[in-house]
Amino acid sequence: MTTLSYPFTESAVRALKAGEAVSIDGTVWTGRDRFHKHFADGGEIPVDFRDGALFHCGPVVVQDRSGAWRVVAAGPTTSVRENPYEPEFIAKSGVRLVIGKGGMDSRTLEACRKYGAVYLQAVGGAAALTARCVKSVPEVHFLKEWGAAEACWRFEMEDFRCVVAMDSHGTNLFAAVAESSAAQLKKLL
Amino acid sequence: MDCVSAIRELIVRTASTLPEDALAALQKARDAEEEGSSARMILETLLENAALAASSRTPMCQDTGTLTFFVPEDLRKVATREVICRAVAEATAQGALRRNTIDSVTGVSYDTNTAPGAPVIHFTDEPGRTISLIMKGGGSENMSAQFSLPDSSIAAGRDLEGCRLAILTAVQRAQGYGCAPGILGVAIGGDRATGYETAKLQLLRDLADESPDPALAALEKRVLAEANSLGIGPMGLGGKTTLLGVKIAAAPRVPASFFVTCAYLCWAARRGTISL
Repeated sequence: MTTLSYPFTESAVRALKAGEAVSIDGTVWTGRDRFHKHFADGGEIPVDFRDGALFHCGPVVVQDRSGAWRVVAAGPTTSVRENPYEPEFIAKSGVRLVIGKGGMDSRTLEACRKYGAVYLQAVGGAAALTARCVKSVPEVHFLKEWGAAEACWRFEMEDFRCVVAMDSHGTNLFAAVAESSAAQLKKLL
Repeated sequence: MDCVSAIRELIVRTASTLPEDALAALQKARDAEEEGSSARMILETLLENAALAASSRTPMCQDTGTLTFFVPEDLRKVATREVICRAVAEATAQGALRRNTIDSVTGVSYDTNTAPGAPVIHFTDEPGRTISLIMKGGGSENMSAQFSLPDSSIAAGRDLEGCRLAILTAVQRAQGYGCAPGILGVAIGGDRATGYETAKLQLLRDLADESPDPALAALEKRVLAEANSLGIGPMGLGGKTTLLGVKIAAAPRVPASFFVTCAYLCWAARRGTISL
């Protein structure tokens, strides 16, 4: 298994191949529907994503008496909803890892190829396990405006395991399954 | 235990514990996959996650979903909307539920998870003292689908064969987006609203049971086998198990309408009961 540590360099990301398992250490930011819409509407993003990681995730978080945040459950949300926005976000932000579930479209795949990024599949719903990988939550943006599930949380993570589902060489694992299942469906109809 | 505490306990337990039948189905699915395959790795992760969530009483999935309660007639005056809402707010405050309820007009979060219409509560005509709860995540809800037959795009006519084609099409379109391997509740007939209601009610059934109607029982069995031949697999990355179960029921329809409604439930089949 390849370990990736923040900051994620272009050469480390371009070396990844679809199907490979990876373990992520360091800073990961969450951002999902509201985040992408805000970006597309020209809103300010108060986070430097250069060589960073974006996680499509709306976590369950609780605040202790000292005001520190603790993640109780965190897993990926369905990434296709961000298809309209992700290519431009990759181009403009310099993000290297996009983490979610279900994969993304050919425009995002092309952006991964062009700018040196990958799409990682986290295991959907495995939220108790993923929460254990979040060692601290030092920062949050848009909590009041968007609520906890949509806010932009900074996770400091250790050994967060994912599979490279779309690499920077034009391979998309999901597309192959979609094609073969469509062919099989035709036989059943 | 007072009623608020009992319902709060039902919520915490349902969010963190997979029912035995779903757990057994996931174990069977894992054993069917080859060592070293991504399908097996994903299923092992799901089982490990389920064990951790249950032992730590934390949510197995961060999307704690739409909460739908079924309250029997005998408990109508005890488990009132006010009592259930208080339990939901308490469970949310302690981190058993995500702040998961958004005003659709303003976009503002109802941080207690209670609002007019949330949670969903069905006060049923059933006797007894058992409250049921189902928690259904948004990712799987988005993959639910309704067909109006005849549908020429999939050559589905108004018969059980047409229903089969519609259901398989829904499964193929869902790919792994709804967190496969999922469970499909299906309604044949009804109107658009009761179709979804009937389909969702099937998700409360035990995975081992079958429809009392022999024709529907046969269809359940056939569609399950055919759906699993699609090869979509856990999380859509390929594999032998795409669905853990198919549960079909029929509802009366008007002559003009023939709906087939599929309610997709993710592998995190969170259903629970508590008897007061």
